[in-house]
Amino acid sequence: MLRDAWLVLRRDLRLEWRTRTTVNQVVPFVLAIVLLFAFALDADSATLVRASAGLFWIAVLFAASMIVQRVASVDQRDGVGDALRMSGIDPAGAYIGRTLALSAQLVVTEAVLGLAIVAFYGIDLRGLGLLAVTGGLATLGIAAVGSIYGPLVAGIEGRETVLPLLFLPVQAPVLLAAARASEVALGRGVGSGWPWAAMLGMLAVIYLGIGVATASTLAEET
Amino acid sequence: MADHPETTSSTATRVLGIASLASIVVLVIYAFAVTGPDVRLGETVRIMYVHVPTVSIAYLFMLANAVCSVMFLVKRSSFFDVAAGASGEIGVVLLGLTLVTGMLWGRPTWGAYWVWDARLTTTALLFLMYVGYLTMRTLPGNPNVRAVRAAVVGIVSAALIYPVHMSVEWWSSLHQGRTVFGRATKAAIAGDQETALYIGFLAFLLVASWLAVHRFRVGWLADRAAGVEIDAAVAARRAEHEPAVSSLGQVKP
Repeated sequence: MLRDAWLVLRRDLRLEWRTRTTVNQVVPFVLAIVLLFAFALDADSATLVRASAGLFWIAVLFAASMIVQRVASVDQRDGVGDALRMSGIDPAGAYIGRTLALSAQLVVTEAVLGLAIVAFYGIDLRGLGLLAVTGGLATLGIAAVGSIYGPLVAGIEGRETVLPLLFLPVQAPVLLAAARASEVALGRGVGSGWPWAAMLGMLAVIYLGIGVATASTLAEET
Repeated sequence: MADHPETTSSTATRVLGIASLASIVVLVIYAFAVTGPDVRLGETVRIMYVHVPTVSIAYLFMLANAVCSVMFLVKRSSFFDVAAGASGEIGVVLLGLTLVTGMLWGRPTWGAYWVWDARLTTTALLFLMYVGYLTMRTLPGNPNVRAVRAAVVGIVSAALIYPVHMSVEWWSSLHQGRTVFGRATKAAIAGDQETALYIGFLAFLLVASWLAVHRFRVGWLADRAAGVEIDAAVAARRAEHEPAVSSLGQVKP
């Protein structure tokens, strides 16, 4: 299974390396969100600082939705999905590989987005340990759901509208926990941020478990 | 059930329907005549007799949806697929009713129909998630593939039920704490109000079950009807060749 995961991870990252979709399209998109949000709030720096954690994770969710759409469309083109099924690759391994590849692309997006928010909104970075753990676990949770819903909607007519409807609401607990933990890490929340990080870990495990358990069914029958 | 049933009702559903109606009448009497206004909530407490039962029964039907979805993936029986669809639909209706009654309660209590509170927001997201689930069930395509997709969405969606239920405690919400199954049950509600609430649970459970049975039967018949259409198309195709076979005495290639 791990070998298959590695193969799919390499395939997805190689596709990304050749097309540069994340760097050329998704990253500029999230940067546009950062700037537009500032315009919408009349560049009020106090409000921007207060909203920065939530805005960061909302932008990450939109970015994830875009990347999942793209991966789903690639798997539909030229019978790639069928070829993957016929190759005998373990579906659970393929799911894990896809999740890790999506996580890697999200980490790149988050790094650029985080730097942009720090620079444009004047955020004082602190609590780096909690931020890193929160970022890692939330990214894994988002990618775990994205890798379930991507192949699930791949063959559907109108998947561009169906995917956000399914994908965004289910990420609500991840968004809330990640935003709260990030606020605490940046010194604006109350209480400890670690229970939120623990909740993110729990959600990631649940979503990964569902993904691994349903991978075979989805690969064979969708 | 007959080959061509004209109704989805049976003796059992008629009894269930009458029991539902009777329990609603008892609930209305209890809510408006027997119980008085609450010390803190005033007259708005009467909304609770609908709001709390509908959200609890909605969770119950959404859990039933998840269980049926798992069972469908294991057994591959259309029974569980149709049951998952029926329970999902009833869950969405009840959750919609919960949101509406919650907003009606919020206006006199908080001064606004909607506040950006964790419980309200996560409940609205749960509602949207199950709307997505129902959308998935209506998309065109192979019915078996659609059923598998819907089952997976049903299982993933169920993961949000527990965070929604616990949100009032996890996020120090404006929304009041758990009314019945909380740690401070006795302090939260007691006496006639508690009785009215339990009658509300029973009434909405009966109504939801009655609706779910009928919805299940409609779904089951729709499934069978789709099968009949395919059989009829196959039979018509075969019939196109049969005269040629009988007149020539040999099978045409």
